[in-house]
Amino acid sequence: MELTKDEKSALKGEQGETLETAYRILVATGEATDAEKLVPIEWAHLSGVNYNTIGDAGEEFLSSISKNARVKVKTTLNPMGFDIDNVKNYDLDENFISKQLSIRNSYETMGVIPSFSCIPYEIFDIPKDGTQVAFAESNAAIHANSFDNLKTNKESAFSALASAIVGKSPYSSLRKEDSPNITIRMKVKNPNELTYGMLGFFAGKVGDTSVNISGLGEMDKRQTKAMCGGMGTSGTCAKFNFGEGDSDCEKIDFDEKEMQTVHDELNTAEKGDIITLGSPQLGLDEISDLAGKLKGRSFQKRCMVFMPRTVKEQSTKIGYTAELERAGCEILADCCTCLSPLISKDSVDAVTTNSIKGAFYLKNSNGVGVNLKPLLQIVEDETR
Amino acid sequence: MKVLVSGKAEGIILKSEKSINFLGTVDKKTGIISDENHDLYQKSIKDTILVFPSGVGSSVGAYTIYSIKSNGTAPLAMICTKADLTVATGCALANIPVIVIPDDEFVTLQTGQKITLDTESNSIISQK
Repeated sequence: MELTKDEKSALKGEQGETLETAYRILVATGEATDAEKLVPIEWAHLSGVNYNTIGDAGEEFLSSISKNARVKVKTTLNPMGFDIDNVKNYDLDENFISKQLSIRNSYETMGVIPSFSCIPYEIFDIPKDGTQVAFAESNAAIHANSFDNLKTNKESAFSALASAIVGKSPYSSLRKEDSPNITIRMKVKNPNELTYGMLGFFAGKVGDTSVNISGLGEMDKRQTKAMCGGMGTSGTCAKFNFGEGDSDCEKIDFDEKEMQTVHDELNTAEKGDIITLGSPQLGLDEISDLAGKLKGRSFQKRCMVFMPRTVKEQSTKIGYTAELERAGCEILADCCTCLSPLISKDSVDAVTTNSIKGAFYLKNSNGVGVNLKPLLQIVEDETR
Repeated sequence: MKVLVSGKAEGIILKSEKSINFLGTVDKKTGIISDENHDLYQKSIKDTILVFPSGVGSSVGAYTIYSIKSNGTAPLAMICTKADLTVATGCALANIPVIVIPDDEFVTLQTGQKITLDTESNSIISQK
């Protein structure tokens, strides 16, 4: 990768330790993704926020780097481990809470907007077409590249942080015009959001950097997010190109059989003890829709509903929060199903969810069983 | 051959034919692989020259690599066949040398071999 004179000097450490570290990360990223130079970015979105995932070393690293590092561009970040408003209702130890608050403090000190959301594309204004950004959250990177006309690499937690501090990111293959060599043909009839989640999970396994996809039909926001979340979970792929692609592309069908294979891998329980909704977090449209579906009905078991804080505030103003709470939902801001410390196998055997991304991490990280159902069926089966 | 993170290390190879998801399957305190479906199950990657195809999975896995380095349980160097950002950036921050080698070279490396890896040298990998 070619660096300018100024960039070389920063890499050598002539502009301080923080920039030296950041440039070392960007150079490794550039070498790994065959980038020939760095390009300016306008927005970074960070992962590595939840104490459950980054641990003590992560907390100490952020505490140390935040003494000097400041972000140079608009920077938002992923969910953390809990909602401070109701954390006392969950069995979480003091150490977890204090370490998580230290992580929050470090990011805020660096100038990061405390959005604690995995759906930045839904709660912030989207910049103009073709804008270069650096998104670490996998579902957000895929959504940005595929649906928002933005350009991002599928960043790691460190490459996004380094990009935020420097204001530049390697000019990697995903930032350029690409032509995938695989086309996935969606063949399943009458798909719901669970179907699209499984399609995404399947696509992530067969694709490398990006895939063509055809036969999608009209999709709503819930389905779009499910597909991006599914793909981000299973592989390294970070973009859907819509259409059949060139004639020499390898064509792979996603039909009932392929769907069943994904379902069998992730659906490990007949029923759940609790229900979780939101992975990715729910936006205002989905909350409105859920409130409508729950009119006059109540959940018969615990139902955790995850959303960004800004969405919770809007929902409260409009009255959705009260309606959801009346129906028995636990409303959680700033956190998410995925890698949540609030769901423990000590107290829960299995979780019912409509999220493929959530299912994967519940199974592998939380170690609980998963019962997959689309939202409509969850409401039908679990409320009265 | 491509250098992702430069540096020098001397040690004994631990080789895996499978990719590694650092988040969730590598114990941060011990460096032991906890995934029972993995060919390195119950083996420690501490102080090895870790040879494997590539890292996969969550963007947060980079923090796991940084954690094992902080805990003294990290490999001395890593050798992959495919570059991925979790390994590249985790090792960049932790100062663990990483190179990417072609498949025909990958097959010549075996667990137990003692090698020197020096990204500044003309022959980056030399066997003892």
